[in-house]
Amino acid sequence: MLQQQLVNGVVLGATYALFALGFTMMFGVLGVINLTYGVYFALGAFAALWASKAIGLSVWLALPVGAIVAGCIAVIVDTLLLTRLRRAKAPELSSLMVTIGATLFLYTGLSVIYGTEVRRFAPDFAPSAAFEIAGVRIVATQALIVVAALLMAGALIWIVRGTKVGLAVRGVAENPDAAALMGVNGALVTHLVSFMSGALGGAAGVLIGLNFNAIQPFMGENMMLRGFAVIIIGGLGDLRGALIAGFLLGIIEVLTAGYFASAAKDLVAFALLVLTLWVRPVGLFGRAAAKRA
Amino acid sequence: MATIKTTLDVQGLTKKFGGLIAADDVTFQVSQNTVHGLIGPNGAGKTTVFNMISGVLPATAGSIRLLDEPLDKLPTWERTRRGVARTFQNIRMFGDMRVVENVITGMHSRLKSDIGSILIRQRSFKKEEREAEAVAHEQLAFVGLEKAADRRAGDLSYGDQRRLEIARALASQPKILLLDEPAAGMNPAETHALIPLLQRLRDERGLTLLIVEHDMHLVMSLCDRITVINFGKRIADGTPAEVREHPAVIEAYLGHKVDDRKAAGPASKVRS
Amino acid sequence: MLDTLSDLYWTYQNVIHGVAVNGILALSVYVVLSIGQLALGQAAFMGIGAYFGAIATTKLGLPFPVAILASILTPAAVALAIGAPTLRLTGVYLAISMLGLGEISRLLLLNWDYAGGALGLSGIPERGDVYLLYGVLIVLIIAFIFVGRSRLGRAMEAMREDETAAGVMGVNIPRYKLAALVVSAMLAGLAGCLSAHLSSFIGPNEYGFEEATTILSFALLGGIGTPLGPVAGATILTLLPEVLRFLADYRLMINGAIIVIAILFMPRGLLSWRMKRTV
Repeated sequence: MLQQQLVNGVVLGATYALFALGFTMMFGVLGVINLTYGVYFALGAFAALWASKAIGLSVWLALPVGAIVAGCIAVIVDTLLLTRLRRAKAPELSSLMVTIGATLFLYTGLSVIYGTEVRRFAPDFAPSAAFEIAGVRIVATQALIVVAALLMAGALIWIVRGTKVGLAVRGVAENPDAAALMGVNGALVTHLVSFMSGALGGAAGVLIGLNFNAIQPFMGENMMLRGFAVIIIGGLGDLRGALIAGFLLGIIEVLTAGYFASAAKDLVAFALLVLTLWVRPVGLFGRAAAKRA
Repeated sequence: MATIKTTLDVQGLTKKFGGLIAADDVTFQVSQNTVHGLIGPNGAGKTTVFNMISGVLPATAGSIRLLDEPLDKLPTWERTRRGVARTFQNIRMFGDMRVVENVITGMHSRLKSDIGSILIRQRSFKKEEREAEAVAHEQLAFVGLEKAADRRAGDLSYGDQRRLEIARALASQPKILLLDEPAAGMNPAETHALIPLLQRLRDERGLTLLIVEHDMHLVMSLCDRITVINFGKRIADGTPAEVREHPAVIEAYLGHKVDDRKAAGPASKVRS
Repeated sequence: MLDTLSDLYWTYQNVIHGVAVNGILALSVYVVLSIGQLALGQAAFMGIGAYFGAIATTKLGLPFPVAILASILTPAAVALAIGAPTLRLTGVYLAISMLGLGEISRLLLLNWDYAGGALGLSGIPERGDVYLLYGVLIVLIIAFIFVGRSRLGRAMEAMREDETAAGVMGVNIPRYKLAALVVSAMLAGLAGCLSAHLSSFIGPNEYGFEEATTILSFALLGGIGTPLGPVAGATILTLLPEVLRFLADYRLMINGAIIVIAILFMPRGLLSWRMKRTV
């Protein structure tokens, strides 16, 4: 019934919001649509899977492991591929294309190494207790997902808005040259942002892998559609927008699956994306200073 | 009495970025066949005004008329079609194209061949192209770049690229030519050589020019009229002699009294 | 001698067709790249063209020319619907919406039972031949060369180099973006239809992200200075997998690596030619 659907929607939305936050931050600060982001998503899930199987870590520890591994790889990719283009002030579409190439390379590599069959976490990986509140059944895992997502989102927003580091990040996002002149170490900030974004993506991967109990190399690819939808709906580069749009999308998707057809679920993201483009292209919080040709 | 025709009529031009007022109710007229200067200290808002006139920046309020035709809300390409041409402070050259191709590109709005006649290589299309190339060579000759016509534009020296930009702007047969800091990045010798070229544009081609510039030597020796902007507002408007003595202008430039007898030396470049 | 050629053709038919089809696809991505935009909907448009064209002949029994028309117009309409709102915004919006289209079209085709759903559409009648394929490719190359040496070609190169400056030259930027997008969609749709009617079967998984990036790699490898570049890139990347069969599993990894290497180290592609832009 409706309340149950809403709960499921909120849970899904939490993962979407987390995913979108990292993606948005990469665009907002580094100015690049980084399609490799979907790979970080999958890598985080795989890393957590490995940690739980090889070392027997429980979800509380495997989640950070997944996040950190994804974050580190994000930094490596950024350093190898994107820094060079940034320094040469290449057009933004060049960066986009390079991430496309990297994505293809990494996805395929992952599937060559791990094979394409779906894997699952061990049954005792996450708390399986369930409880009922007002007639709605909530599994502990679901609560975990929402709490973890909100905590990480909150931490990110606190860092960006409330600390000196965050100030430096925003400075670099606005005007990298000016920030450098003010003594901000641009390279360090870039690495930090890459790491945080990648970590968020990886964490989202673990949580989604947990939510659907399915992990496979191409899981990030499907998510990218949601990622695109969320950043367009929320507004390019806007963190609040990503958060709100993420939850919105999750809820609408679940409701659509529940009340219409479950196949239509995947269509929701794209339909909302196109709708946003037609009605209000800059999104909920997009700066209206989208360049006029 | 001969009526002085107004080529460009700017009324109450305003630009707000959120709470920041970059240009505040700026009004001035550019008369036909004159060189009009737009000056002011750094950050005064003259580039903002300039960009609103050329259409690169949308105005918050105010109106711009070119020979009595309103330009407001028109995108840059529409303004070019109606006769507004401009150069850029940081010289936006199509570096990979040849010099002559850059100039022919400037004629884009004046050429009429459509996709149909292009695909069948209709004679009218080929004729138009050949004529365009001839005109382009003429413009290059006017600015003194005839010999460089087939070179890669990006390989030219800075001063030559500036001339190329002017030739390219001329190619669109403009009613007014907007020059964005034409002397930027030039040494005194190059600046000095630029002045006669700009004068010839007015005298030989009958053009109307609006120049944003920091170099006082160039402004004072070239302009027929000058509008001074500070903190987004117009603080003076008159002949060079009037502007030079205007107290608000002197104050704006922090007490520097402009004396164009100090030839093309670094002291004549007023920068705050 | 003629027998040998004929034998060769029959053996390598798929590859020979593939080179031409990929050449057309390379030109379809070339159109948008040459104005400095990135719109990777070509695989999706190809799929739309293939499916609508195949449905026309297979399910509706319509003649081939009608199928071709359907395969050109349907993608064009989709391109218009999705691309039009993005024209006045930065190129990022177009890039994202086209990528999104690529994702969603695969899902839609998978669930479209009328067109076979996950099993795809089989029994497509054989229409057209290798001469039609290559004829179309050659006509397109010539057309692109003609367009390149005109005010249209100059406008396009100007947009690629500096969009703001191009606008100041008088180039109607949104109109050119839209035209390039629609032409790109039409070419990809055409390629899809021609290819479908030479392979008797199409499936929903043939038109996804991997295919879109492969098409991109054609153009990046060959270089986008002239229309010959992408076609050369397509030829190489179609023949290479045949020659290096043992690397089949890694084909996509190699494509990805090509894209990365091309952007980082060979921004002009293999053939750094540049077209003359005068008649």
